Amino acid sequence: MSIEPLRRGADAAASTSALSPSTSPAAPVLEAVHLRKHFPVRQLRIGGAPQAVHAVEDASLALFPGRALALVGESGSGKTTVARLLARLYEPTAGSILFRGKPVKGYNRAALLAYRRYVQVIFQDPFSSLNPVHDVRYHLSRPLRVHGHAHSRAQETEQVLGLLSRVNLSPAEQFIGKYPHQLSGGQRQRVAIARALAVRPAVLLADEPVSMLDVSIRLDVLNLLLRLKDQERQAILFITHDIASARYFAEDTLVMYAGQMVEGGPSDEVIQHPKHPYTQLLIAAAPDPDRPVNAPLQARGEIPSLISPPSGCRFHPRCPHAMPVCRERFPGRTDLGAGHWTNCFLYGEGDTGSTAATTHPGAGSPAKGS
Amino acid sequence: MSDGVFQGAARPLLEVRHVSVDYRAENGTVHALTDVSVTLERGQILGLAGESGSGKSTLGYAITRLLKPPAEITGGEVLYYPKASRHAELTATGATPPTAEPVDVLKLTPGHLRSLRWKELAIVFQSAMNALNPVIDIGAQITDVIRTHQPKLNRRQRQARAVELLRRVGIAPDRLRSYPHELSGGMRQRAIIAIALALGPEVIIMDEPTTALDVVVQREILMEIIALRNELEFSVIFITHDLSLLLEIADKVAIMYAGRVVEVATREELKQHPRHPYSYGMLNSFPTLYGPRRRMTGIPGSPPDLRNIPRGCSFHPRCPLAFAACRTDLPLLRAAALQDAGQLVACHLYDPRYTSAEPPTAQEFAARYEAVYAEQGAGRSL
Repeated sequence: MSIEPLRRGADAAASTSALSPSTSPAAPVLEAVHLRKHFPVRQLRIGGAPQAVHAVEDASLALFPGRALALVGESGSGKTTVARLLARLYEPTAGSILFRGKPVKGYNRAALLAYRRYVQVIFQDPFSSLNPVHDVRYHLSRPLRVHGHAHSRAQETEQVLGLLSRVNLSPAEQFIGKYPHQLSGGQRQRVAIARALAVRPAVLLADEPVSMLDVSIRLDVLNLLLRLKDQERQAILFITHDIASARYFAEDTLVMYAGQMVEGGPSDEVIQHPKHPYTQLLIAAAPDPDRPVNAPLQARGEIPSLISPPSGCRFHPRCPHAMPVCRERFPGRTDLGAGHWTNCFLYGEGDTGSTAATTHPGAGSPAKGS
Repeated sequence: MSDGVFQGAARPLLEVRHVSVDYRAENGTVHALTDVSVTLERGQILGLAGESGSGKSTLGYAITRLLKPPAEITGGEVLYYPKASRHAELTATGATPPTAEPVDVLKLTPGHLRSLRWKELAIVFQSAMNALNPVIDIGAQITDVIRTHQPKLNRRQRQARAVELLRRVGIAPDRLRSYPHELSGGMRQRAIIAIALALGPEVIIMDEPTTALDVVVQREILMEIIALRNELEFSVIFITHDLSLLLEIADKVAIMYAGRVVEVATREELKQHPRHPYSYGMLNSFPTLYGPRRRMTGIPGSPPDLRNIPRGCSFHPRCPLAFAACRTDLPLLRAAALQDAGQLVACHLYDPRYTSAEPPTAQEFAARYEAVYAEQGAGRSL
């Protein structure tokens, strides 16, 4: 087990000691500790109670060099907000971010610049993340100059060409002068990846990096990111709504629902033996040619409004196994062994209370997801 | 709906024959569709799969005659076999012929086209957000269709029909006065399906009906479509880029590449033995939920510029099994194997005139794709 929300979270040394020796590569590069983000909503009525979108509650995760963590969930689950918090595009309402074990502070220009020297984002849409009036050289040379990696035009050219060939855009000499509109979607996303690599980062936050691309090109880009992870030891947060590609790409998977983290662990474990009813629902709904289409779903509906989210476990209004306690409070984390954990009363109270799993009716064996 | 006495089981419902569509642009003509032929049987779900630019949506629009300039249908016919009772409304003679003659949709006069649309042929557009009018409530948008096409119904009857349609697609009748922004994405898509169903059409063309939706909602909509199809016995042309989805719901799948159909097969055939190298590559572009986790290669390269489609087989620059003839001769759709005439493929690998070798097996496909991938990876990452 290498990646898990840190329940104690205060200090990085404690988290590494919890790792099993077999998969523990190193200390985490980047950690989120009990991150919370509420977006205030403008009041329509003067004197009304202040409202907020409760986008993320208590998100904790850790990224390790040479490993990928997939964050899976539907739209509105808060996965992109987590990425933006980690990228420090948003300031968290509560919680902290640790980089190489040290808390990251300050949202001034210098602090952000220093942070982004190590943490870079790859956005979903390569059609809007590149500036249409600038060529590839400009996009790639800006980070080189800003972060002091290139000091002359010659160095710049050399490094830009190097970046282009690292993302398989060859012949690089041809691509350096092109503008975004002259590139296909896959090529643009490669340029966006190269731009992220230009600062020589330690962490890549990839927010649905292949969702906008054509089917036959997705794997190509995904395999490029895999190579960056395996050969160049990048730590990658891979955000996706496609649970099958999470299994393909990432060692570990975290499942989010309506801003809460509900299950996590090694990808194969989470996907083949899903425990939380929401994870089971996601997997049952994913396309699978070997299953009849009219296999019934355990639950229906969509993610609720996060301005006044359901109390307790936010999945309870849709959950086929919901119990009265689910309405009252959010369960603590239950360890299922082998690094697999879930926050669900079906498997126990979690670490907040005693082992009272058997006192609740319906505990024990929820329906299988597949 | 099912006065099916008239049709023999073998008679198709819609036959697209050799249709070509060009988009005229200043910097060259885009050949969006070239010589496309597909057949939709009664009660069938026909899947059209392909990447963006493969022509799948253009085909849907060509069938419904919704294409506008600069698009131009340059050839072919779309034969629709109406029920005998409806035949008179669609032809100039106005007489009911003894045997149902097909009508060529591409030649219909505006008046006949009007009686074809919605009553016979409905379309569900890709984006539920944009297909509904944001300033009109959904009830009015449904009754609008009914008022236009069935002017004899009075207000109350239209209203009743709208309520029934909403109930049928799983929306509570009290949402009749809801505006699109008050509905979730899934509900909007359901409302659009309700509009398509309004006049009980024979064929519904669905252009990426679930693409913008989350997986759980997508699954609900798919189940709804199948249930409605079983109940109302319409046929569906289902357009999507998601081949794994079609393998679940489609009876027959046509795979398109660069404006041509390259393979037609039932979903079982496609699952067991995709014949065209592109079909194989597409099928192996989707990571799986189960089974061993293995490295996948996808398809090298990217789709061609439709202004300048490669000579011969348009897939040859990306094909790991291409040989000399693929660069010069255009492959046409033909039976992939002698023993089953159902699966059609446009590939020289299955044509004894071009090769005497046995058709490639799945292992061979995999090995060749892997080889190309390794070669490119080595060459590119220098």
